[in-house]
Amino acid sequence: MKVTIDGIEIEVEPGTTVLQAARMIGGDVVPPAMCYYSKLKDTGGNCRACLVEVSKGSEADPRPMPKMMPSCKTGVMDGMEVKVKTSERALDARKAVTEFLLINHPLDCPVCDQAGECDLQNLSFKHGLEKTRFKEEKRTFEPENIGDKIQLHMNRCILCYRCVHTAEQVCGSRNHGVLNRGDHAQISTYVSAAIDHEMSGNMIDVCPVGALTDKTFRFKSRVWFNKPFNAHRNCDKCCGKTTLWMFGNEIQRVTARKDEYHEVEEFICNECRFDHKEVSDWVIEGPRKFEKFSVINQNNYTRKMDTVKIATEKQILEGREQDRKKISMKEVPYKNTENS
Amino acid sequence: MGQKILFDKIHIPGIKTYDVYRENGGYASVEKALKMNPDDITEEVKTSGLRGRGGAGFPVGLKWSFIDKKSGNPRHLVCNADESEPGTFKDRYLMEYIPHLLIEGMITSSFALGANLSYIYIRGEYMWIFKTLERAIKEAYAAGWLGKNIKGSGYDLDLHVHCGGGAYICGEETALIESLEGKRGNPRIKPPFPAVKGLWQNPTVVNNVESIASVPWIVLNSGEDYAKIGLGRSTGTKLFSVSGHVKKPGVYEIEMGITVDEFMNSDEYCGGMIDDRPLKGLIPGGSSVPILPQHLIFKTANGEDRLMTYESLADGGFATGSSLGSGGFIVYNDTACIVRNTWNFSRFYHHESCGQCSPCREGTGWMEKILWRIENGQGTEEDIDVLWSVQAKIEGNTICPLGDAAAWPVAAAIRHFRDEFEYHIRFPEKIKNRDHFVNEPFEKVKHLLNSVTI
Repeated sequence: MKVTIDGIEIEVEPGTTVLQAARMIGGDVVPPAMCYYSKLKDTGGNCRACLVEVSKGSEADPRPMPKMMPSCKTGVMDGMEVKVKTSERALDARKAVTEFLLINHPLDCPVCDQAGECDLQNLSFKHGLEKTRFKEEKRTFEPENIGDKIQLHMNRCILCYRCVHTAEQVCGSRNHGVLNRGDHAQISTYVSAAIDHEMSGNMIDVCPVGALTDKTFRFKSRVWFNKPFNAHRNCDKCCGKTTLWMFGNEIQRVTARKDEYHEVEEFICNECRFDHKEVSDWVIEGPRKFEKFSVINQNNYTRKMDTVKIATEKQILEGREQDRKKISMKEVPYKNTENS
Repeated sequence: MGQKILFDKIHIPGIKTYDVYRENGGYASVEKALKMNPDDITEEVKTSGLRGRGGAGFPVGLKWSFIDKKSGNPRHLVCNADESEPGTFKDRYLMEYIPHLLIEGMITSSFALGANLSYIYIRGEYMWIFKTLERAIKEAYAAGWLGKNIKGSGYDLDLHVHCGGGAYICGEETALIESLEGKRGNPRIKPPFPAVKGLWQNPTVVNNVESIASVPWIVLNSGEDYAKIGLGRSTGTKLFSVSGHVKKPGVYEIEMGITVDEFMNSDEYCGGMIDDRPLKGLIPGGSSVPILPQHLIFKTANGEDRLMTYESLADGGFATGSSLGSGGFIVYNDTACIVRNTWNFSRFYHHESCGQCSPCREGTGWMEKILWRIENGQGTEEDIDVLWSVQAKIEGNTICPLGDAAAWPVAAAIRHFRDEFEYHIRFPEKIKNRDHFVNEPFEKVKHLLNSVTI
């Protein structure tokens, strides 16, 4: 099946969704996905961040689709033409969704453990407004304790339903879900029961925002101060392949290995995630690659570091050369000569 | 007097009971249908031009013909009795006073679709009607109209009434199916449509009560006869639930094609405005359709008479028209406050949003909060623009039509009554101290808007 996304043609299997086809192309035609998770079934369609414009339905029915389609749930048709970043409507819708997701989001990134690897941060960095139009009070929830390993911070939740699908498909038995309706809908357990399953920690990895975070890593470090290493150990419950987030020689947290769309490659068990924080528990394979523009890259030791020169002392004491000249001599052009 | 199809026998004493209903020619359509070919019934409904009465107005016969008969999976018919739209109460009347008509329609329609297990999904607030229907179904089972081998035809049908938990969103057909399956009532993403994968992944048709109750008449007479009633593509009769400032609110059955003027002012129907106060606005199809201002109610934008049909009420698109919707006819006189009314609708949609997709979940709450501020005299001029842009961002970007339903009334109120919003913002003291506009209708204070310069 041939599908054209932003003018780029690609041949895909029947049954592929538009989002998957876009990911095959890669680059910046890939719509953002806040709720879709390729490793889980039935996810997607909720967040509406991946809305695209279908300008030609298919070869057989070339009419454009009147509504914006969620690319994660729209199957490709032969001859379909999709506009992602070339469509003004799609970009507007994405901006709208970003604004909607942020109005009730606490924006507490400075104290949020997810900051630096948060999909909502990335989305709002690309498509968000720099100011808010929302004057009202944000809705909040009562804090709830869902166990000793996972921290639920409901105010940050964007209700992507990923963790609910994880509970259904990875944990086997679901002991949490969505309560209430509308903007008071919340992730919760049955009468505040603890989430207790050996695979339950995966909901930390699938959460696109900081609603579900690792209690053993809580407030320990910012993500970008850690260095990720691939490691593995023999585990009888899961594949045992993980990423260790190290600060010096200390393992600060363990997560599953995530690909470029922040999706885990393989789910890991709670024992690997929470209980093995000694270097001797793991076979370290080597440092893990990360995206060029990832916030983790700000601390990238593989990059050659420039020597930082602080040449301001003289300026502080005496003022800038040009300013001194400008005050006394008007004909001297206003041009930065010293700091260029 | 227009022809009555649904309300023909409704005033016969005791029509609720099986015996009286049967004596008055009840279940004759089932007798006739069981001798027919199921596909012929579908064809008959197709020729009748009957359109879905739940709001969208999709042709019923066409919907039936989409049902997947090839797969061999069991098929279901679900009757959508989750009537929760503010301003709409026609199904309640129909089910409460003549429950057997719906059951008769269910049997005939299920036979046409080849469904052996059908459901009536009723909203939780209609508990007494739930009991009425249960009793009626029991009577129908006892008389052999339901169960195995109905009247020796070899056709089996089981009919159940299911009581919902009282959520507006479960009136959306896929959410209804989810709820019927025992899950959280979140709308599904289409495609696949229920006609292919519906209840328990089986082909399913979901129809409104009124649509199904119209089927017996079509079967007994013919699709052509039905198509003769009404006008153009709006065939047959339609129930309107009239509320608001009219002399005689209630449920009326009309032949489609009469003028809005006749419907509102004739003694047969609404009987004119209460206390003869001037008319201010009209919502012709339940709270989710756009409100019409006074000058667009009786005449369309190009000067034609506005008729009670799907086409005429929608004439002019959303700029100067509205929609027939589910027939919740809400009339406002000059004492009504449009801002307060819009806020009230917004509050409803905020409360009823399922919270599954982000534009609706966050946007409905945002709109309600802004409208609440404007209504209480705490609004600012730019709030109107923010409100406009928020509704535009919800519309069309959501999974199900609830987002659109929440956006349209706000859009129409700003489009047609923007000066009233401005009045609320510029004269907060007047707004706070008013007696909900009764003593100071907007027309009386409208001049203030022009006299004040900012």
